[in-house]
Amino acid sequence: MTSTTFAPTPVDGTALRARDLTLSYDGRRVVEHLDLDVPAGRITVVVGPNGCGKSTLLRGLARLLRPTEGSVHLASDGAHDDVWSLRPKGFARHVALLPQSPPVPEGITVVDLVGRGRHPHRKLVRRWSRADDEAVTRAMRATGTIELAERPVDELSGGQRQRVWIALTLAQETDVVLLDEPTTYLDLAHQVDVLDLLRDLNRSRGTTVVMVLHDLNLAARYADHVVALRDGRLVGSGAPADLVDEEFVAQVFGLRSRVITDPVTGSPLVVPTSTHHQSGATS
Amino acid sequence: MTADVLTPTGACADPRAVAAEEPADLARVVRARRRPTRRVRLVIATLAVAAVAAVLVRVLLGDYVVALTDLLPILRGEALPDAPGASFIVMEAKVPRALLGLLAGLAFGAAGAMFQTTLRNPLASPDIIGISVGASAAAVIALTFLDAQGLWLPAAALVGAVAVGLLMHAVGRGTTLAGQRMVLVGIGVAALLSSVIQFVMTRTSIQDAQAALVWLTGSLARATWPVIGMLSVAVLVLAPLLAVCARWMRLAELGDDLSATLGAPAGRARLGLVVAVALAAVATSATGPIAFVAFLAGPIARRLCGGRPSLWAAALIGAVVVVLSDFAGDYLIPDVNLPVGVVTGALGAPLMLAVVVTAGRAGKA
Ligand SMILES: Nc1ncnc2c1ncn2[C@@H]1O[C@H](COP(=O)(O)OP(=O)(O)O)[C@@H](O)[C@H]1O
Ligand SMILES: [Mg+2]
Repeated sequence: MTSTTFAPTPVDGTALRARDLTLSYDGRRVVEHLDLDVPAGRITVVVGPNGCGKSTLLRGLARLLRPTEGSVHLASDGAHDDVWSLRPKGFARHVALLPQSPPVPEGITVVDLVGRGRHPHRKLVRRWSRADDEAVTRAMRATGTIELAERPVDELSGGQRQRVWIALTLAQETDVVLLDEPTTYLDLAHQVDVLDLLRDLNRSRGTTVVMVLHDLNLAARYADHVVALRDGRLVGSGAPADLVDEEFVAQVFGLRSRVITDPVTGSPLVVPTSTHHQSGATS
Repeated sequence: MTADVLTPTGACADPRAVAAEEPADLARVVRARRRPTRRVRLVIATLAVAAVAAVLVRVLLGDYVVALTDLLPILRGEALPDAPGASFIVMEAKVPRALLGLLAGLAFGAAGAMFQTTLRNPLASPDIIGISVGASAAAVIALTFLDAQGLWLPAAALVGAVAVGLLMHAVGRGTTLAGQRMVLVGIGVAALLSSVIQFVMTRTSIQDAQAALVWLTGSLARATWPVIGMLSVAVLVLAPLLAVCARWMRLAELGDDLSATLGAPAGRARLGLVVAVALAAVATSATGPIAFVAFLAGPIARRLCGGRPSLWAAALIGAVVVVLSDFAGDYLIPDVNLPVGVVTGALGAPLMLAVVVTAGRAGKA
């Protein structure tokens, strides 16, 4: 973020690295022995069936859930630090996470909410600075939310609200942004809208983006790198064109399909033929 | 629909080059940020004036009216030749009651707002989730079984409130649904302790039961200088802590995950709850539970501040309400002295309905 050129950061690096990562809730393992490299300056999309541990993985990467085994390392200034060895605010200046549907504080306005993203940059006693205002303005311009500045967030539409949440995450000015299903509850037009916005940010700022998406076709369209999970284990990872084929879809989702080439984007396009349930004609 | 579809291209040309090029946007952001802040400041200033006015009303008016010009000499300890009893009445009855009401109101108001905002639950105020009942149960037990007198009574109440607070802290630790769990457990504990109080009351002598009952309604009758001293030390120590916690509280509003992502250390929001428990406990130990003050100060403050919660506004509302209710309880009905808890209880119920109804109308219930 200190660089003044628009070139994406070197793509050969790894922004986040998980090794033998095991994450559990109350002793129950949800993510098991996972090795993962998140390429820096790229868009990584995590896919997998419901409940397979995608959100949990994101929480593990974002230092919200302490691994029961293994570790997560963050690349910063050429070194790889265990994320749990960093101070919370220091880590928060490098990695931001937008959870799936965070609660909206009562009566809060758009500017106020976006401004919360500045917390990791503020000292305990220092007042709100001009740099904070500028960061908020940048984030709001990038997400097209300036026009909403004075509006209460709870009066916004779903699409507007999602843009405001993303603006909060951008105001944090991190080099890695994790987003948990940023397109749920949005109609298709707004889904594409949000994903275009995230890709633009990735291309212009070089921000490393990791997001969970439900729609495999949107994942294939926007991802540089796809990570597929099933039952908390890594099933496959790689560029969408190399990874997504009929066998992959069957393996991850248990879905029979044909995979063709999207005539618009050239990325793989999954066309379900039937699910294995329907072959028994029970439903 | 069209309003929130944004141009897919150009909406985020280059985020870093923006601020310098678009001073109009920056100005708009700054203006939008300041507007609610200004309103909250105005509300707080007005409420501060109102609190001082309420204290003056309590001290100067009533059965025994004191002229404002006499007050300063009395406070300085000078004897008034034409009114020899004035000094005693003012210094031993009127001023202590006003101060105790002020301090307890501040503490209840701030504690209630802190709970409600941090736990994101309007029911989460110390009088609903067992803190006040914990204090009451301990005080009643101390009163009837241990014959507690003087400062031992507030001490016992403090122990009871803190014990309930610790229990809730233990229940909430390390879970993602800490807030909801704490509220539910608190309501359960409150019900349990209420029946403990009932049981003790049936087992004791009429005199003890009556003393306990006075304590249970909440009154400023025990306004002695040692109690006031204890409460003011507590408020002075805890208020700056609360100011620090207010910042974490504003993060806690965003939910556990997002606030942790923004660098709030895990469990930090609950530190604010510890401060709130301490405030509520000390205040309850001094006055007994004063109905509805902690519960309603937060929502009223939020209404005045245009929808945003404000700890300081809530604290000042608590102070104004307690001082004025105590005054009304003393003088509204001739020859009847109603404890302040009875007055706030009578005021609070309709007010609560009003808050719920208007909140529903605004679509924010
Ligand atoms: N806070 C939690 N406490 C206990 N179990 C959880 C929690 N969050 C998720 N789980 C469990 O972990 C598993 C994976 O959940 P999650 O990571 O949310 O899946 P996904 O995001 O892929 O749908 C599920 O079985 C879910 O029930
Ligand atoms: Mg999920």
